[in-house]
Amino acid sequence: MMSSFWSGWVVILTLACLAFVIYVLFTTWRQQREETTTETTGHAYDGIEELDNPMPKWWLALFVGTIVFSAGYLALYPGLGNWKGFLDWTSTGELERHQQKHDRRYQPLFEQYANTPIEELVNNPKAVKMGERIFLNNCALCHGSDAAGAFGFPNLTDDDWLYGGTADAITTTIMEGRNGQMPAWGAVIGEKGVRDVATFIRANAGLVDKVAPATMTAGKKIYDTTCAVCHNADGKGNQLLGAPDLTDEVWLYGSSQAQVEYTIRNGRNGVMPAWKDILGKEKVHLVATYVFSLDEDNKDNEKETD
Amino acid sequence: MSTATIQPTYNYKVVRQFAIMAVVWAIVGMGMGLFIATQMVFPELNLDLPWTSFGRLRPLHTNAVIFAFGGCVLFATSYYVVQRTCQATLAMPGLASFTFWGWQLVIVLAAITLPMGMTSSKEYAELEWPIDILIAIVWVSYAIVFFATIMKRKAKHIYVANWFFGAFIITVAILHIVNSASVPVTLTKSYSAYAGAMDAMIQWWYGHNAVGFFLTAGFLGMMYYFVPKQAERPVYSYRLSIVHFWALIAIYIWAGPHHLHYTALPDWAQSLGMVMSLILLAPSWGGMINGIMTLSGAWHKLRTDPILRFLVVSLSFYGMSTFEGPMMAIKTVNALSHYTDWTIGHVHSGALGWVAMVSFGSLYHLIPKVCGREQMYSIGLINTHFWLATIGTVLYVVAMWVNGITQGLMWRAVNNDGTLTYSFLESVTASHFGYVVRAIGGAFFLAGVLIMAYNLYRTVKLGSENQQEGEAQASPAQMA
Repeated sequence: MMSSFWSGWVVILTLACLAFVIYVLFTTWRQQREETTTETTGHAYDGIEELDNPMPKWWLALFVGTIVFSAGYLALYPGLGNWKGFLDWTSTGELERHQQKHDRRYQPLFEQYANTPIEELVNNPKAVKMGERIFLNNCALCHGSDAAGAFGFPNLTDDDWLYGGTADAITTTIMEGRNGQMPAWGAVIGEKGVRDVATFIRANAGLVDKVAPATMTAGKKIYDTTCAVCHNADGKGNQLLGAPDLTDEVWLYGSSQAQVEYTIRNGRNGVMPAWKDILGKEKVHLVATYVFSLDEDNKDNEKETD
Repeated sequence: MSTATIQPTYNYKVVRQFAIMAVVWAIVGMGMGLFIATQMVFPELNLDLPWTSFGRLRPLHTNAVIFAFGGCVLFATSYYVVQRTCQATLAMPGLASFTFWGWQLVIVLAAITLPMGMTSSKEYAELEWPIDILIAIVWVSYAIVFFATIMKRKAKHIYVANWFFGAFIITVAILHIVNSASVPVTLTKSYSAYAGAMDAMIQWWYGHNAVGFFLTAGFLGMMYYFVPKQAERPVYSYRLSIVHFWALIAIYIWAGPHHLHYTALPDWAQSLGMVMSLILLAPSWGGMINGIMTLSGAWHKLRTDPILRFLVVSLSFYGMSTFEGPMMAIKTVNALSHYTDWTIGHVHSGALGWVAMVSFGSLYHLIPKVCGREQMYSIGLINTHFWLATIGTVLYVVAMWVNGITQGLMWRAVNNDGTLTYSFLESVTASHFGYVVRAIGGAFFLAGVLIMAYNLYRTVKLGSENQQEGEAQASPAQMA
C-alpha cells in the first residue's frame, strides 16, 4: 500500500491525462464539419496540403468506447492509486481461490495413496504414472525428463545413490533436500597436491594406466589425510554424508583429469531443494515411488504380471 | 503561397550519409536476426563459442535493427523532412555532422561490446554506461539541430510530421537518460540505479516507449511526409492528426506495465497499464486511417508504384499490430500469450511490416532526391523487394502466431490429476517447424534488403556520374 500522497499522485496524474485526451477529442469534435470535403486548411508544406475532413464517426465511437470501458474497469478493479475497486479483487486473492479449488479437486487423488508403503505402491502403475507426471513438472528441469541427470545433477536411473536408494532415503532426500558440499582444497594442498591426488583417485578408479610410483605415493598420502575422512579409506564413499564413491563409473562432475582437479581445487556445492513445502508429503510420496520404480529390481515382477 | 518562395539549398550530405548507412545496418542487423533464427532451428550454430551464442547475438540483432537501421532512417528522414517542410536549411551543419559520426561510433561500439558479453542486462538498453553517455550527447545534439531548424521555418505553423519527430526526439532523450541511470563499478560494468519491481517498471516504461516513440511516433512522422508526397494527395484530415497526435503521446507513456502482467508489480499498476493500452487503440488507428485515406483518389497509383505499395502495406501492418497490441495487453489474453512466440510475432509484424516497410518506401522516395537523380536505378527491383519483404513478413508472423498459441495452450494443459500435460521441452519440440518457417521468412526479408542495397549502389553511382558530367559542362560556361 502506498502512502496517501503517492496514491493521490497516481490518481491525479491518471485523471488529468485522461481529462486532457477527452478535452482534445471533444473540442475538436465540436468544431469539425459534418460532411467530407475537398477544402484544405490553407497551409502547404513542401507542397503537402491538409484536408479539413471530419474524423470518421466509427473511429470516434471506438475511441469513446475504450474510454468508457476503461472508466468502468477502473471503478471495479484496483488501478487508481489505493482505490480497491468495487469488486475488491486482488491478484493474491485470485491465486488463493485457484489454489483452493485445485486442492479440493485433486488432493483426494493424491491422498488415496498416502498410507500405502512405497515398496508396495511401486507395483501400482497408476500411482507410478502420477508420480512420473509430478516428476516431469517439478524435477525434470534438473534431472532430465528421463531422470538420467546431467552434469552436476545425479542420474536417478542407475544403481548409484549418493544418499541411499531405499524408499525411506529417497523420501527424505525429496522432503528435506540435500546439500552436497565438497570443500575447496586448492589452497590447502597446493597445485601439485591437487594434481597428485587427482591422479591417484583416477588410477584407483581404473581411469589411468601408467602412473609414476612417486605420484601414487604422494597422492595416496594426501588422500589418506585429507579425503578419506568422507570418501572412506577404500574410496567407496559414505552415504550418510553424501560423499560419492570414487571407485565406480559414476562421476557427477566429470571424470577427466581436468574436471577431477577442478573439483578438488575449487570444491563443489550441489543443492537439492527441499520439496515438502512446495509439493506436500502426499505428492512427494508419489514422486519417491516413481524414482524408486526406476530400478526394475524394486518392483515385484510376479505381482505385476498377475 | 509557399510555391512562390525561393527554394533554399538544403543540407543533403548528412541525409545521404544516414540513408546509405541505414541500408548497410539493415543488412547487418537483419543478417544477425536470420543467423540467430537459424540457431533456433540448428542449435549447433551457436558454435560452442561465447561470442556467437544466442544470448549475446540476440541483443546485437535488436540493437542493430532498432537503433542502427531504425535510428539511421529516422535521422535521415527527419533531417530531410524538417528542412523541406520548414523551407530552411539544416541548422548547425557541424553539429548535424557530429550526430552522424557519433551515432556510427555508438553502433560500432555496440557491435564490439555486446558479443564480448558486456551488458547492463536491460532489454533494448543493454549498452554499458560509457556508450550510454555517448548516446545521450549525440541525442541532445540531434534535438538541438532539429529544433533549431524548426525555429528557422518560413511558415507560421509546424507541419504534423515535425510534431511526431519532435515528440519522438524529446521523449527518447528522457527515456534513455532515466532508464540508463546506473552506478558504474568499472569501465565496462554498472548496476542499475533502481532495484526490484521498480527497476522492472522503469525498464518497461522505457522498453514499451522505445516502441511507442522510437518505432511509432518517429515513423509516423515519416508516414505523414512520404505518403502524401508519394501519392501526390493532400493529407486526409488535419483534425484527425491533432487528436490522434495528442492522444498518442499522452497515453503511450502509460502502457509499459502490460509487459509485467502477473508479476510482482502491484495490481493497480498492472490494471492501469492494461486500460491505457486499450485506450491506445483509437489514437494508433488514427494514424493508419489518415495515411490510408490520404490515398483516396490515388488508389490506381498502387498498380504502377511499388514505393506507394510499400507505404500502404506498412500502414496495414501498423493497423494490424496496433490492434493486436491492446488485445494482448488484456490480462486474460496476456495469460495465454505472455512468454510465448506470439510476442515475437507481434513485435515483428510491427518491426518488419510497419517500421521496415515504411522505411523502405521512404528511403526509395528520398535517396534519388538526395543523390541528384529522378528516381531509383530500377523500379522493377523495388517491386521485387516489395514482394520479398511482404512474403517474408507474412511467413514470419504466421509461424510465430502458430507457435505462440501452441506453446500457450501446451503450457496450460493439465491432466486429470492436476499435473501439467506437457513438459517445457515438449513445447520446444512442437515449435521446431515454426522456427524453420520463421527462418525462411527472415531469409526472404533479408534477400529483399540485399536487392535494395544493389539498387542503392547503382543509384548513387549514376548520381555521382551525373554530377560529374554536370560539373564538366558547367565549368567551361563559368570560364566564359
